[in-house]
Amino acid sequence: MITLSHYIVLGAILFCIAVAGLFINRKNVIVLLMSIELMLLAVNTNFVAFSRFLGDVSGQVFVFFILTVAAAEAAIGLAILVLLFRNRSTINISDIDSMKG
Amino acid sequence: MGLSTSLLLTIALAPLVGCLLAGFLGKFIGRAGSHTVTILGVAISCALAFYVLYQLTLGGAPVYNQNLYTWFQIGHFNASVGFMVDRLTAMMLVVVSFVSLLVHLYTIGYMSDDPGYKRFFAYISLFTFSMFMLVMSNNFMQLFFGWEAVGLVSYLLIGFWYKKPTAIFANLKAFLVNRVGDFGFLLGIAGVLYFLGTMDYNTAFAAAPSLVGKTLQITANTHWDAATVICICLFIGAMGKSAQVPLHVWLPDSMEGPTPISALIHAATMVTAGIFMVARMSPLFELSQTALSFIMVIGATTALFTGMIGIVQNDIKRVIAYSTLSQLGYMTVALGVSAYTGAVYHLMTHAFFKALLFLGAGSVIIAMHHEQDMRYMGGLRKYMPITWITMWIGSLALCGVPFFSGFYSKDAIIEAVGQSHRWGAGYAYFCVMAGAMVTGLYTFRQMYLTFHGKERFTVVEHHGHAHLDDHHDHHEQGVLEHAPHESPWVVTLPLMLLAIPSLFVGFFTVGPMLFGNWFGNAIHIDEANNVLAEVGKEFHGALDMALHGFSPFGPFGLVLLAFAIQTYIYLFNPAMAGKIKSALKPLWTVLDNKYWVDNVYFAVFARGGVKMGQGFWKVADAGLIDGVMVNGSVSVVHRIAATVRRLQSGYLYHYAFAMILGLIVLLGGYLLIGTGVAGQ
Amino acid sequence: MNPQLFQLICFYGFGFITVVAALSVITLKNTVHAVLSLVLTFFSMACLWMLADAEFLALALIVVYVGAVMVLFLFVVMMLDIDQEKIREGFVKFLPIGLIVAVAMLVEMLGLIGVKAMHAQVMGPDPAAAAGVSNTAWLGQALYTKYLLPFEVAALILTVGVVAAVALTLRQRVGVRHESANEQVRVNPRDRIRIVKMDAVRPAQPTPVPPQEPSS
Repeated sequence: MITLSHYIVLGAILFCIAVAGLFINRKNVIVLLMSIELMLLAVNTNFVAFSRFLGDVSGQVFVFFILTVAAAEAAIGLAILVLLFRNRSTINISDIDSMKG
Repeated sequence: MGLSTSLLLTIALAPLVGCLLAGFLGKFIGRAGSHTVTILGVAISCALAFYVLYQLTLGGAPVYNQNLYTWFQIGHFNASVGFMVDRLTAMMLVVVSFVSLLVHLYTIGYMSDDPGYKRFFAYISLFTFSMFMLVMSNNFMQLFFGWEAVGLVSYLLIGFWYKKPTAIFANLKAFLVNRVGDFGFLLGIAGVLYFLGTMDYNTAFAAAPSLVGKTLQITANTHWDAATVICICLFIGAMGKSAQVPLHVWLPDSMEGPTPISALIHAATMVTAGIFMVARMSPLFELSQTALSFIMVIGATTALFTGMIGIVQNDIKRVIAYSTLSQLGYMTVALGVSAYTGAVYHLMTHAFFKALLFLGAGSVIIAMHHEQDMRYMGGLRKYMPITWITMWIGSLALCGVPFFSGFYSKDAIIEAVGQSHRWGAGYAYFCVMAGAMVTGLYTFRQMYLTFHGKERFTVVEHHGHAHLDDHHDHHEQGVLEHAPHESPWVVTLPLMLLAIPSLFVGFFTVGPMLFGNWFGNAIHIDEANNVLAEVGKEFHGALDMALHGFSPFGPFGLVLLAFAIQTYIYLFNPAMAGKIKSALKPLWTVLDNKYWVDNVYFAVFARGGVKMGQGFWKVADAGLIDGVMVNGSVSVVHRIAATVRRLQSGYLYHYAFAMILGLIVLLGGYLLIGTGVAGQ
Repeated sequence: MNPQLFQLICFYGFGFITVVAALSVITLKNTVHAVLSLVLTFFSMACLWMLADAEFLALALIVVYVGAVMVLFLFVVMMLDIDQEKIREGFVKFLPIGLIVAVAMLVEMLGLIGVKAMHAQVMGPDPAAAAGVSNTAWLGQALYTKYLLPFEVAALILTVGVVAAVALTLRQRVGVRHESANEQVRVNPRDRIRIVKMDAVRPAQPTPVPPQEPSS
């Protein structure tokens, strides 16, 4: 029988995998973006699980909105990426440090 | 019939309207327009002031006391603009508006060549408005407003010739010395608010008896009587404005201003604001014998010692200025012996004859082409008879010669001091008696030097065009381009109009105003202190009083003695003056240096202030504020930023790492504190 | 077979696939493979959401993410000429720290969740079914009534996203010949042609050629 904790633990595992992804792929922007998508997925899973558990529709509505925002974010992120590559011919993050103080 | 609000508002606002028109629209209405509107404004006020006086005296109008406008309100404290018009106020209104009107007229003649003509009229109208607000006020707040406003106008007018360094020095000095007094005054008002909880005159005076027995704890074992503290603080304000020792130093210097101003502000009206204020607050002052003694001693000192300085002055205006100081001292002594009525009465008569003397001196100055040194005058009586006669009237009134108005007020004060048994009354009596002789000495000396004796100037006729516009960058002293001549009618008319009250006002009003209960409830005197009533017991009419005044053992005798001495010295044996001067060299030096009060002030306060300012500038401003606060905080920020900026590597993963570390620490914190989800 | 047990088996199966696919997203050398692994992660997660009776969102996840976002990712990855070796730099070096951070975080999270206590939290009946409608209708009713304004705002955000993405990637190249449509439409015959009236006489000698209209 599936309990709430199944989903929560799965969400936590997914989130931590995404965190690890951020660390070990520190040079590849595309994988970084994908790790962020993974994080969002983990969060959405928690929302869905709690919505089901509490019988409250708000959780699922929120997932809907997060999907919307995440899609927009991915589109703009990739657009920036393309622009970056066009201007710098690289997506290596080590080369992008113009915000250095 | 009562007094209507609009009537009183018109009195107060008519000069203000004139001031605004002349001040801001002077360019459009021109010189004639400026003096027309201001004179019209003051004339309206003057006429209405006489009407108010008539209504209150003969028309049976009740005392007007009403708040017109709430300025602001803090909790239970209400600051209102309101008028209280009783007979005391009405008398002040008449004196102020009458003298002001004449001075306005006189100014047309005196300032005719001055480029600041319109500005001058705007200022004197503003002064009239401020003075009206001061005397008509029904609360301490508005009193303070008027008080400061007249101070401001006084400052502006002393420095009217703002290109003259001495004038700028004098107006700054007047302003600073008045600040000292105003600080005391403000403390006094604060004391009234603290102990009585109100700013309204009537409420405060009604509650005043509750002050008895209250004390102000200064240190653990020092308790000061509340009434004494309040009264002395208020009186310090009066000392500043009415130029009492030791805050008198600004008044002689204020003679740097134009003569009409010396007449109006620094002799007749503004300087008497302190006297008026103390009289108005008689219910408070009656509570403290200590404060009254203090007032009396200060007043007596001023009356005698500043008068003595006047004997050695050579500047015609300064002689009158010291005489003003001395006469203000008389008024203050009268306040100190609880003879408030006497003080206010002397205020009124003094306003007339002192304005007369100043305007007369101004007339002489015009004739002498702005020469003020009496050593270069003499024998002017044949050139300017009207000025000569009116000045003599003013001088005799000043000396207290019987039948002249000054006699009634001054003699009453001297008698009242003699009746008083207050602490210090003996000293005060000696001072006022000696002061009477001193008054005679400087007055007759001035008159002889100016109008009698030999002409000590030479007239060198310049043919061709006259230098009308270079009075100030003047040639040799004592050399005139034209023979002196009588001033135009705008100058002599005010002299004549002022000579009338100087002659007669005392004779006709002394009975009701001084010894009758004319002021009614406006002035409150404790029965035990009522020395004027004692004097009044022997009063059997003005004529009788004047005849008694001829007694050679009273003040008149001393004046007569002074007259004899000065007549002998200056009319029959002019060489005597020099001999006496060298014989009394030490005394003369002391007087010529004005007891070194100015020097001490300059060395201690002015130079000390500059030193302190420099110290603060170098240590506090340059060192602490600029060095530590401003530059210090900049350098701290700079150093911290230089260190912290290394954290900003610009690499995305460093920022992500920091965020995740933060998240881990946050989660760890929750885990440790145990308020996680599991705990619920 | 007990349906609940079957659901549990399904959960574990899809959960395992999700985790493995997620791990391969972050570890695979080839970015295209990583993107495909992410697609698999989304697929299996969508299945898990279906197990939680969130059918609409599960399908939306597949349509929006797998159908649109991941395709976009693939396009970008394939369009950009990425030096794979350089990108992989430091992978081994940062693997331990990444693992430590991830494990520490997981331990903390699990500790906070309290697995034991949560285990007793049994899911209730499907709220949509209890209300007698399908999950889509249940969600739609909330979305179009209570959350109408946020819904409209979300639409606006998507529009802004589209405009932003286009605006960012659009570029004006200089020196490239292309047709200017609006100039072609606005063209006036007088700009192109000039009629010259001439006498019909043969000229004695050859006249200079009249100046040529510049060709557009």
